[in-house]
Amino acid sequence: MKLIERLNEKALVHGVPLSVHLDLTYRCNERCEHCYLEHDDRGEMNTSEIQNLLRQLAEAGVFFLTLSGGEPLVRDDCFEIIEFARALQFNVKLKTNAILIREKEAARLKALAVEQVQISLYSHRAEVHDAITKVRGSLQRTLAGIRVLRAHGLKVSVANVLMKSNASDNEAVGALAGEFGAHYMLDPTITPMIDGGIEVLRYRASAADVAAVFHNSALVGNVEQFCAPPQAIDDSILEGLPCSAGHTACYISPYGDLYPCVQFPLPCGNVRRQKFADIWRNSPQLAEVRSIRAKDLETCSACSHLGSCSRCPGLAYMEGNMRGPSSVDCEKSFLRTQIPSAAMMASGLSQRQAPRSSLVQIQLSQSKNGVASSVAAGQPIN
Amino acid sequence: MSEKYAARSRAVAARVLDGEMIIMSATDSTLFSLNDVATIIWQSADGQTPLSLIVRDRICVEFDVAQEDAYRDAKAFTEKLASHGILQVSDQPIRDDEPTGSVRR
Repeated sequence: MKLIERLNEKALVHGVPLSVHLDLTYRCNERCEHCYLEHDDRGEMNTSEIQNLLRQLAEAGVFFLTLSGGEPLVRDDCFEIIEFARALQFNVKLKTNAILIREKEAARLKALAVEQVQISLYSHRAEVHDAITKVRGSLQRTLAGIRVLRAHGLKVSVANVLMKSNASDNEAVGALAGEFGAHYMLDPTITPMIDGGIEVLRYRASAADVAAVFHNSALVGNVEQFCAPPQAIDDSILEGLPCSAGHTACYISPYGDLYPCVQFPLPCGNVRRQKFADIWRNSPQLAEVRSIRAKDLETCSACSHLGSCSRCPGLAYMEGNMRGPSSVDCEKSFLRTQIPSAAMMASGLSQRQAPRSSLVQIQLSQSKNGVASSVAAGQPIN
Repeated sequence: MSEKYAARSRAVAARVLDGEMIIMSATDSTLFSLNDVATIIWQSADGQTPLSLIVRDRICVEFDVAQEDAYRDAKAFTEKLASHGILQVSDQPIRDDEPTGSVRR
């Protein structure tokens, strides 16, 4: 067993929140058409509140800290917060569009030993990327940011989201990331707005484009394996947990609201009114999330895809039932294998009628031996 | 035998998980789990205390081990961590403002 797997298992056994995603702000200097956030400031935590929260997170055992937004660097105190987090010895990952990163900022991030910077990049063509971000010149500024971060030796991950408008560009973006020596992630997911709004779903890539990605060996590695029919269901699968959300990970908004995950907007408490540890240990909502095993899932527990589906409990929750199917993940299972899910069959949905979205993140990185790729379920990168 | 000094790098993430010290290098993203002896060395690596004293006053007091064997293992351990940028190892005391994560001779 790999060390990281052993740590996750240990954290699960001891109820330790190993990973926390903290959005410092919802404000942003881009207006990406597919973004799941509203960008008005409704009263962000101030520097002191965030520092107090970080102390509590360190005390609770949090090791992996993702700082994101919005665009976190629009906060004047962003570096002060990162410095504070690093002094508490968190492993810090920063999610940004890199527009505000120049020589000075890159040098500072390197000096603070930020472990990884994840940067959103939607196309290698300015007319496409800038149209998505709605900021003229944003592609060039983002590329300049990536360049200077790499020049300082920082680990950079390029995060792309597959959409209608950029579906034909994903291989070129991957190649561009490779030229920078950056890791590449392609997410075929457009998630609903964090408030449940679904208007952004109109930007989703077509089923054909998602299927093409799933059958692209440069992105998924062994296509035969990736698209193989589901494995037989056994007790270990039935007793398994849906995902790490609420078990060893959680999300905290700029306003202090705590959720199981950024993609699972079930309010569990607010760190402005309660201690983090009290929420983590005693929240009835988290207790409910933690009680769910695969065998408890309505419809899904009888689905042949149960052992390999990327079913997201947060997306299921946004569809109305955290124990129910996530229709977008049903579709992904179908697009991979051509085998309909139990939920699709139960609802009589045909392939053409199947709901559209996705959660699986396809990751591509350059290795010494060429292209290395992996697939994992995860949080939205848009 | 030349004396060795070790200083913890600032370019790491570290946390104790149920009594187990976990360290990750920001330089190469390598993840380490330290056993009890390694944890003592890590926590004592202030750049000022000679490695031989850490071995004599901390490790040999808490564990039933010959000082010579413990020193040999401790030296190998510190050099391994230095290769991942997690410790700085030097023949001289290490000032706090020196660059970390290297072997200096």
